[in-house]
Amino acid sequence: MTPQEPPTQRVAFAPNWGARIGWLLLAIYVVYAGSQLGFSAERFSAGLEHGHRFLARMFPPNFSRWELIASGIVESIQIAVIATFFGILLSLPVGLLAARNLTPVWISWPTRGFIALCRSFHPIIVAILFVKAIGFGALAGVMALIVASIGFISKLFAEAIEEISLKQVEAVRATGAGFLSTLIMGVQPQVLPRFIGFATYQLDSNLRNSTMVGIVGGGGIGAALFTAYQRFDFDVVLAILIIIVSLIMVAEIVSGWARRVFQ
Amino acid sequence: MTAETGAARARAEAPDTVEDRALVVRGLTKEYRSGQPVLRGINLVFPGSGVTAIIGPSGTGKSTLIRCINRLVQPTSGEILFRGEDLAKLSGRALKNARRRIGMVFQEYNLVERLTVMENLLCGRLGYVPAWRAWLRRFPEHDIQRAFDLLDSVGLPGFAAQRADALSGGQRQRVGIARAIMQEPDIILADEPTSSLDPKTSVEIMEILQRVAQERAVPVIVNIHNVELARRYASRIVGMTGGHVVYDGSPEGLTDTDLKTIYGGESWIE
Repeated sequence: MTPQEPPTQRVAFAPNWGARIGWLLLAIYVVYAGSQLGFSAERFSAGLEHGHRFLARMFPPNFSRWELIASGIVESIQIAVIATFFGILLSLPVGLLAARNLTPVWISWPTRGFIALCRSFHPIIVAILFVKAIGFGALAGVMALIVASIGFISKLFAEAIEEISLKQVEAVRATGAGFLSTLIMGVQPQVLPRFIGFATYQLDSNLRNSTMVGIVGGGGIGAALFTAYQRFDFDVVLAILIIIVSLIMVAEIVSGWARRVFQ
Repeated sequence: MTAETGAARARAEAPDTVEDRALVVRGLTKEYRSGQPVLRGINLVFPGSGVTAIIGPSGTGKSTLIRCINRLVQPTSGEILFRGEDLAKLSGRALKNARRRIGMVFQEYNLVERLTVMENLLCGRLGYVPAWRAWLRRFPEHDIQRAFDLLDSVGLPGFAAQRADALSGGQRQRVGIARAIMQEPDIILADEPTSSLDPKTSVEIMEILQRVAQERAVPVIVNIHNVELARRYASRIVGMTGGHVVYDGSPEGLTDTDLKTIYGGESWIE
């Protein structure tokens, strides 16, 4: 029998020096970056005072321009719903083509490149491009959000497809089913609940973004919001913000309901 | 074209007889990695009726052999002659048409978990039903009727609307067998159908497979670890080891010496 090692030499949890150094470097950089940007206690207290005046001017919220607000909100909802619908419709084939377990490499990699391109810009930057290309209005906003939806949803769709059980697909394939039938009976049932989850999340995200594209001329409530800011009508700003928050909350409830139905 | 395939083709045009369903494997080799063959030139004739059990240690190529037959695995070389065709050479539409006449039962059942039992059974008809019909679940009425009848015959009446993930292992395997029969297959391949099941359920599953072979006159090829089950239910036993066939004969003829050749060692033999 070999003698046991003395207990003092046995280590239950080996120190991870890489992680320790990483955390230390991060802390040093945060302090350095903060000093570079000129943060100071005086700047902070001046900001607080300014913020106090701003908040005071917001109350009470002013709903007297409700017709303008209502039409803007309705247009934002329309932009979001249309962009989500077409965004998801286009994301289904794009996501499938990007899934490395069902699609040959020479298709999946270029498709992944396309998705990365769609993801690389913030929706506002894409919206500016479309406003310049096709003119002011809701169409530019819709196009911008479709691009954003493809960039986000296709990637999630592809990942969901890559995580399915290929055994189930194999069994369907072994019956002599064609490619489409295999997708319908072997793949779709496995990914549908997750797709519904992603789709409702994207609707939520598009609703929030659709209130923004108006700032750069893409239609919706954003234009009214931006104008109110510029005219220092902060009470109107608050009214619009309250409406947007309520809208997002309603969307949250609807999303939860949709997920339950399709579970 | 060889004389044998010509004869087989001639038979395929005649009405179904037991002879039509014989399966001939010739010189079948499979290498997943070049130079490391899993199957080393398999030559076998599977009869057109009854249960044939393939026994052998894990990793000896039993699954690979079965999967080469319906081409879930691509053979490296060799011929697999069935109903006048060389299955090893098919592709595209011809391969799909051949697959729909070959039922397969899997070790882990491989049901589509989120579909109902009825939908899983109807998967067996996908080779015949266009995709849009499958999508809308508008399967032909006689297929649906057959599915109900099959559920009764495998002992699952009233399970049609259950989701597959709600079933026990034994129930899932019954659905797996029913799905294979839905194809109206000319042959059924079963890849370790009892390995995930308890002993009692294993016997029940083997009884169903034996009954299918007898009543529907469909030959069944089954990979199985359990030598006792193989002896009890197979009319023929193929023993494999190291990618070779080392025994091919009746269950009665399988001696302890043969088992020692197949599995190596002897302490496990009672």
